[in-house]
Amino acid sequence: MSLHAQDDPQLRADQEQRLRTVWAPPTGWFGRWTDVNNNRVGVWYTLTAFTFMLFAGVLALIMRTQLAAPGNDLVSASTFNQLFTLHGSMMMFLFAVPMFEAVAVILLPQLLGARDLPFPRLSAFGYWSFLIGGVFVAGSIFFNAAPDGGWFMYPPFTTRTDLSGLGADIWMLGLSFIEVSSVAAAVELIVGVLKTRPPGMRLNLMPLYAWYILVVAVMILFAFPPLIAGDLLFEMERLLGWPFFDAAKGGDAILWQHLFWIFGHPEVYIVFLPSIALFAMMVPTFAQRHLLGYPWIVLAAVGTAFLSFGLWVHHMFTTGLPKISLAFFSAASEAVAIPTGIQIFVFIATMWAGRVTWSTPLLYAFGSIAIFVIGGLTGVMVAIAPFDWQAHDTYFIVAHLHYVLIGGTLIPLMGGLYYYWPLITGKKLSDRIGRTAFWFQFVGANLTFFPMHFSGLMGMPRRVFTYPAELGVGGLNMASTIGSYVFAIGVLLVCVDLARSPWRQKSPRNPWNAGTLEWLAHPDDEDWGIRSVPLITSRYPIWDQKNFVRNVDEGRFFLPDAPEGRRETIITSVLDARPVQVIRLGTPSAKPMATAAALGSVFILTTYHLYWWALAGAVATLSMVLWWLWTGTAEIPENEEKSIGHGLKVPLYCSGGSSAGWWAMFITMMADATAFSGLVFGYYFFWTRHDDFPPSGPGMDGPGAFWPMAALAITLASWAMTVAARELNARGAEGAARGLLGVGALASLAAIGAGLAGPMTTGLEPSLHVYPAIVWTLVLWTVAHNGVGAIMQLYTLARSIAGRMTPRYDADVRNITVYHHFMALTAIVTYATIGLFPGAGS
Amino acid sequence: MKNESPHGDRPGGLRARILALRVTLWTLIVPPTVWAVHFLFCYLWVSVSCAKLGQFPRFTTAFVIGTGVALAIIVAAGAIAWVQSRTPGDPPPHDEGTDIDRLRFIAKSTLLLAGLSFVAVVFTAAPALMLTDCR
Repeated sequence: MSLHAQDDPQLRADQEQRLRTVWAPPTGWFGRWTDVNNNRVGVWYTLTAFTFMLFAGVLALIMRTQLAAPGNDLVSASTFNQLFTLHGSMMMFLFAVPMFEAVAVILLPQLLGARDLPFPRLSAFGYWSFLIGGVFVAGSIFFNAAPDGGWFMYPPFTTRTDLSGLGADIWMLGLSFIEVSSVAAAVELIVGVLKTRPPGMRLNLMPLYAWYILVVAVMILFAFPPLIAGDLLFEMERLLGWPFFDAAKGGDAILWQHLFWIFGHPEVYIVFLPSIALFAMMVPTFAQRHLLGYPWIVLAAVGTAFLSFGLWVHHMFTTGLPKISLAFFSAASEAVAIPTGIQIFVFIATMWAGRVTWSTPLLYAFGSIAIFVIGGLTGVMVAIAPFDWQAHDTYFIVAHLHYVLIGGTLIPLMGGLYYYWPLITGKKLSDRIGRTAFWFQFVGANLTFFPMHFSGLMGMPRRVFTYPAELGVGGLNMASTIGSYVFAIGVLLVCVDLARSPWRQKSPRNPWNAGTLEWLAHPDDEDWGIRSVPLITSRYPIWDQKNFVRNVDEGRFFLPDAPEGRRETIITSVLDARPVQVIRLGTPSAKPMATAAALGSVFILTTYHLYWWALAGAVATLSMVLWWLWTGTAEIPENEEKSIGHGLKVPLYCSGGSSAGWWAMFITMMADATAFSGLVFGYYFFWTRHDDFPPSGPGMDGPGAFWPMAALAITLASWAMTVAARELNARGAEGAARGLLGVGALASLAAIGAGLAGPMTTGLEPSLHVYPAIVWTLVLWTVAHNGVGAIMQLYTLARSIAGRMTPRYDADVRNITVYHHFMALTAIVTYATIGLFPGAGS
Repeated sequence: MKNESPHGDRPGGLRARILALRVTLWTLIVPPTVWAVHFLFCYLWVSVSCAKLGQFPRFTTAFVIGTGVALAIIVAAGAIAWVQSRTPGDPPPHDEGTDIDRLRFIAKSTLLLAGLSFVAVVFTAAPALMLTDCR
């Protein structure tokens, strides 16, 4: 496709018609919901998260009304417990994190000049999981069955079934399901940023939003799995009586706090950084210049990500840990203020150096920074342990965290809404309503939360459903309540503004005169994402590259056509964005939705102790996943290569480290390994808590050294066979490779038996004491992975026999080898720990 | 270093060898990873010793050595990044899509992260070296 050819308007029209046909959305009352294109799934995702935010906001209003006056009796104590638990849980798990994912699903492909993210069906799966899990958790309050243990669900009140009802299970299982969808989104976004950038967009030209998304998605990968591990232990205690958090049987409630906050503190930055990322896009636009200090932003994002994992104990300053431990976390908590401050100075410097265009989104940006800085400063205060001992669990903390979250997440998102609404709908929102709404929110937030600093310091504990008049905080609480209604009016005004949007005129293209790629979007947008994938040579190509918009629109860049009638995008190399492959993307399908429904049924049915039905759901989920993979992945293309224009030809099939699927497997396994390390942490944590660990006595002696070592040897044999199968297959010895895969699967199954034999033959009784319980958990985790490993080996064997995997097209076997590397590592750690630990072998 | 001309590197010399080192996303995260390892080393050793033995680790020199090693690695990573971030060639402001600008960007970011990690390691080391008991 020479430059010259694209001069022909007829050719361009034909190309556009082909692209339009290929990217046509599905229709029909049901069919339209099977869409997987990021521009629709992202919008559903955003609207759903926004709705959950409004719902959780109403819960907060009810709480504020109850607290308006001392001794009020609008709601009972029990209802109040459900209100604050659901408010916090929904805002965190159903609004802040999903909203980041939703916005990223919409924006990322646009920012990267890609037609879609690499795994569109995975995004759809994530969305449907989120919707099902979210409705399940949120709906519980209408049945008086909502969780009531606070959003961090501290045992032992929440694990003892006589003190807490179904709500705790709904929290654990419903939100675990949503955590799965968050990890799925993280995989999608990491691979998206690293592999689907347009040619020429080297790491140093990447939009800063993409840097933040990369960093945040990696944080999700390491932060959520410890919580998933904690959830697992928690449910084992609630459903089976395994005493992980029960001090009477050797457990320790503090373990939950560790696992929760290893998730919970990075979580704060997981919801804060994407909002700052929106600023990093808005500030250059309204300063009409490049952002100053690009590497400083990367420093801030990466530095914050690391340090945020060294802060978790600052939520546990009052649990009686040694002061020296508190000091380490206090130190890191102070250090994290450095990168956070740097980002804000970068924005100020950019505004200072530029010519500022005043606008509604910018108003939100400035307002939120003002609020956030107050929250940040009280954060520095509570990071000092002696101050925290005074303020802990009072309204001072409530004030602090709301300043951080409203200034760091909610109001920036409102600004982002005003900024990006024209990108999504082609229409601007009203400046008049937007600014009025801003002032209501700004004044409302300060009026609600500033008095709480004082009511907290005057002794009002958080999470009380009422308070006596003698405490003298009645006036402060009334102010907070009035403020909350003022804030709500602001949010309501935004909703009114959104509701009026369909009747407004379309705005011109790129209405803010921005310089980044996403503003190529046309007000009358097509579903193909971008007309041709551009060559990037600047951070602000619309400003800096000559005739850029015209060249994109006229298909003068790469991949301007879809002659084979397939949805495609370009895969590039990680550092330098050299084109390495054209991948075929998933088309609309009901499979993601059906898989999400099946997986959801597993979690929901388990909540109601319907184990056989849950097992049926699990089998259904597995069947769907296999069906989805078999029909939709690692397809052998009709040609080796494809021309993408300008004389460039790239392969249509890659396997191993250069393919998107391999990266997805690797990243997923990183998350899996992190969850596993959470369980292993549990074992060693209990060891530090007991003088005699492992203990001895009936039901507690085991699992011996023999069976764990046997299970380890068999797992390693299975691993070796998988690696050998990969190598033999690549050398053309398909028969031998198939044989090894078959025997490898048998070995994986044998490893299950050997693994279980250890604790079974020695009679370890998991409900007796925490030692047998944690040993059983590690073994079950490992053998479940053996089971999945066997399924993968058999799947690959079937692919080979069916001719869907060949020596040349070997993505399947390369991907499962990654799994088996992690499998081997899991087995080594598990069996070395339980079998070789001093005293465990007896 | 300021006076060296763009072409004045002696082949095989230290500076030439530094400039030939490959930089990637993995090298970018070396300094903060060192912080994380040092942090875990201090925290775990102290808390395990306090929990299991009921006393602060006797061999406190280990903290000095551990901190020294961590800081040395961070300084080395920073020094390499410093040299690489001044790779001569393209004109300022170094935000183009060229090989040199990409190298300079990752090097500069690594250098900044080395600075932050240095401070963070000192912060972590301070309590380990000063508060020597378990209460």
